[in-house]
Amino acid sequence: MNSTIENAETLSKANTGARQVEEVDNVVIRFVGDSGDGMQLTGTEFSKAVAQAGHDFATHPDYPSEIRAPTGTVYGVSGYQIKFSSGEVFTSGDAPDVLVAMNPAALKTNLADVKHGGLIIANSGAFTPANLEKAGYQSNPLEDSSLDNYRVYRIDISEFTAQALRDSGLSKKEVGRCKNYYALGLMMCLYSRPLENEIADIYKKFAKKPEIANANATALTAGYAYAEATEMFATTYQVSVKNVRPGKYRSITGNHATALGFAAASELSGVQMFLGSYPITPATEILQELANLKHFNITTFQAEDEIGGICSAIGAAYGGSLALTSTSGPGMALKTEAIGLAVILELPLVIVDVQRAGPSTGLPTKIEQSDLLQAVYGRNGECPVAVIAAHSPVDCFECAIEAVRLAVKYMTPVILLTDGGIGNASEPWLIPDVSSLPKIEVKYRSQAEGFQAYARDANLARPWVRPGTPGMEHRIGGLEKDFLTGNISHDPLNHQRMSEARAAKVAGIAKEIPPLKAEGPDKGDVLVVGWGSTYGSISQAVGMAAAEGKSVAQVHLRHINPMPSNLGDMLKRYKKVLVPELNLGQLSKLLREHYLCDVVQLNKIQGKPFKVSEIYDRIMELC
Amino acid sequence: MNQITELKQLTKKDFETNQDVRWCPGCGDYAVLSQIQKLMPTLGIPRENFAFISGIGCSSRFPYYMETYGMHGIHGRAPAIATGLKLSRPELSVWVVTGDGDALAIGGNHFIHAMRRNIGLKVILLNNRIYGLTKGQYSPTSEMGKKTKTTPLGSIDRPFSPVALALGAGATFVARTVDSDQQHMAQVLKRAAEHDGTAFVEVYQNCIVFNDGAYDSITDKATRADTRMVLEHGKPLRFGKENNKGIRLRGLEPEVVTVGQNGVTEADLVVHDEHDTHGGLAFFLSHFALPEFPVPIGVFRTVKAPAYQDLNTQQAANARASRGKGDLTKLLHSGETWTIT
Repeated sequence: MNSTIENAETLSKANTGARQVEEVDNVVIRFVGDSGDGMQLTGTEFSKAVAQAGHDFATHPDYPSEIRAPTGTVYGVSGYQIKFSSGEVFTSGDAPDVLVAMNPAALKTNLADVKHGGLIIANSGAFTPANLEKAGYQSNPLEDSSLDNYRVYRIDISEFTAQALRDSGLSKKEVGRCKNYYALGLMMCLYSRPLENEIADIYKKFAKKPEIANANATALTAGYAYAEATEMFATTYQVSVKNVRPGKYRSITGNHATALGFAAASELSGVQMFLGSYPITPATEILQELANLKHFNITTFQAEDEIGGICSAIGAAYGGSLALTSTSGPGMALKTEAIGLAVILELPLVIVDVQRAGPSTGLPTKIEQSDLLQAVYGRNGECPVAVIAAHSPVDCFECAIEAVRLAVKYMTPVILLTDGGIGNASEPWLIPDVSSLPKIEVKYRSQAEGFQAYARDANLARPWVRPGTPGMEHRIGGLEKDFLTGNISHDPLNHQRMSEARAAKVAGIAKEIPPLKAEGPDKGDVLVVGWGSTYGSISQAVGMAAAEGKSVAQVHLRHINPMPSNLGDMLKRYKKVLVPELNLGQLSKLLREHYLCDVVQLNKIQGKPFKVSEIYDRIMELC
Repeated sequence: MNQITELKQLTKKDFETNQDVRWCPGCGDYAVLSQIQKLMPTLGIPRENFAFISGIGCSSRFPYYMETYGMHGIHGRAPAIATGLKLSRPELSVWVVTGDGDALAIGGNHFIHAMRRNIGLKVILLNNRIYGLTKGQYSPTSEMGKKTKTTPLGSIDRPFSPVALALGAGATFVARTVDSDQQHMAQVLKRAAEHDGTAFVEVYQNCIVFNDGAYDSITDKATRADTRMVLEHGKPLRFGKENNKGIRLRGLEPEVVTVGQNGVTEADLVVHDEHDTHGGLAFFLSHFALPEFPVPIGVFRTVKAPAYQDLNTQQAANARASRGKGDLTKLLHSGETWTIT
């Protein structure tokens, strides 16, 4: 479990002697540069290469909200971290073993995270006086003693790329854009990855611009050749593969998996999917992915604003479609009134909130879990909504299907919470067999006889009637309705009855949530309760503590409103309950409220995921 | 065949609900409701294929009184709700009933985008130039200087012309009618119903409680011949008790002239053209206001343009034709894959 720690030692031992290939268990690499340097691409391509070798991996893209901040500045730094391993990978790693820094600002903003003794590959050509000044360096860190605790490779990537491409006929600017492939080539060599697939990919990606394809392939090969030929890298590293489930895999981000989950839900139900949405970071990819699936039974609509997005979805739900809207925190705030409308109309609707750091515009590209209470409570009136949360990029697929299933079964809005971390991060996905996915049953009522718009079934769901069905013309609306007919009713007792029925309906979802099972001992000293994207860090931290003999277990919530019915009992079986969250304690509040149970909070709100060590340390204090 | 026989039997009564209509006695909304209920059976559309969507305000209670599918939504959002419904169910006849506050204040954004998108919605705006349901505050169409509960010293807000706004947003059918002129309203609504893209109709509607008499000058039988001008395609812009007044253009400036005086003949008058390609004629007509000009009613502009829902359906069909019907297994296996044995 703590092989990452050993790993740093193996790395630091390996800097002398003849070139050798060394086996390591896992590696964390971070690529950092200007937002225009193409680091997201380099990271994605590197993760593809390790995926093709059959490794489990996890990534963490970390980019600024400016599209192209002024070059060389610290606020323009964009990064991509990947961890890959011979075994299972839970997180993108705490501290990089290797930092590839394309300029001084990238080094400055990321150095503190790098493992002591870690490897730094710096593009020395970018360490010019002007860039050093922009990054706030008094002297060049590649030349003074400030990097003495690291193994530093100064490689003039800018110049070497230019030399490799001097006969390419490309402009200086175009040549500059190829240096990310040079860096990728270096890393492919260092980690013993073949180039063939990557070169084939380059020609596919730049098929319309053969001269750019040639240049990128040349830069990649030059980087690889440099690493191979120089004495600098005395050791290259190999991470072996073991214990991976056989099958066909692909790499997938959370947003992509969410979109695929909805496409699957449409196929599994045989019902048209309608997404009404408005672009917002970090949720936009869901709209983009589904917009590209018009050959499926999917309609997407980019509305004039967030409110138009959800309202068009409500209109489509009324029309009988599986209706969705996707957004992030500020958009959720705008959709609030319309969610209330969907609640009182009792129409199925899925609202995806890819959370980001708030309040207000906050940190649009950074991770946070602070919309939980907004999702559960943030509306006027007594306004219950089912809330579920995905715990990893791959889990988004299943959660999207589950959200649709609950929405149509209970005729209710369902909020699906993911976050910018899992939305943009990728991991390998063992592609499911479509025939193994559960069908989603959708019933429209078409029998006019005895029809009452708000007569409820055993799940307290009202009938779904498509306009166009003869003899069942009826009106619904945001005013309180009669308990059966749905006609406007201002009757005081009717309002109480309807409010209670709406609450009971959503609470009743609990009866079909499978009982939670803690991972670890079923009673003991500490239970770590989490939700959402913290799953990986918690799992690894709990595993490390357990390996040291601590009595600690973990449970992770997918269903948050309502909560699984056995959670209350489970909480009582441990001396302490620890709740790590990327907010100031929102699940903690819910647990206290529901179960009168004291919990120990562990809150981080820095726009970054938990480090495993942060959770591990807290567990060790409590055990 | 059966359906056609059934359709023939539909009458105004078939479109009345069993709900008590709760507008104030004498409200102009009754006239609009009655005309629309009369219109419905004449359109050759099965009753179950109509949907009425509204927002909030007096006019937005409308769907409750129509024996069709309907939704009373939230303030200002009816065009967005209706857009989703129409897009997902293009075969339905979707109507939006809204008011001056609902469409032009809180819902202004959805309104203009529904206009520009040319989606097949019929948008009926009951303009009473006041907030009625909240009991008498000025609205985006209240005239300058108007004293209301929130403008005790008179309004300093310059009002919208809803017709000008719809035209400016690119609407392909724009008309105005008056609640008290049943015959005119019936004609205009029928033409709106038959339009493929977004059809916008402003109805001057009297609020008997909070803004009574707002349109007296153009509805009063004694004066209306001189104060309003009925637009008819292909005919000169004429009005007046003697029908001898008309509109002439001097350069880009319209002016009121009298035929037979100062050498003015009918040939000098502007001929109304609903299909005017750039919409300039409709736009200056939309700014006609008393006392300088008569108030035009009728169809300002109607032009043909592809309807959004049809373009959407076409795109999906094209996508299926070129890529084949979506295959979930293929989709899940797309992109870079690798196999572990």
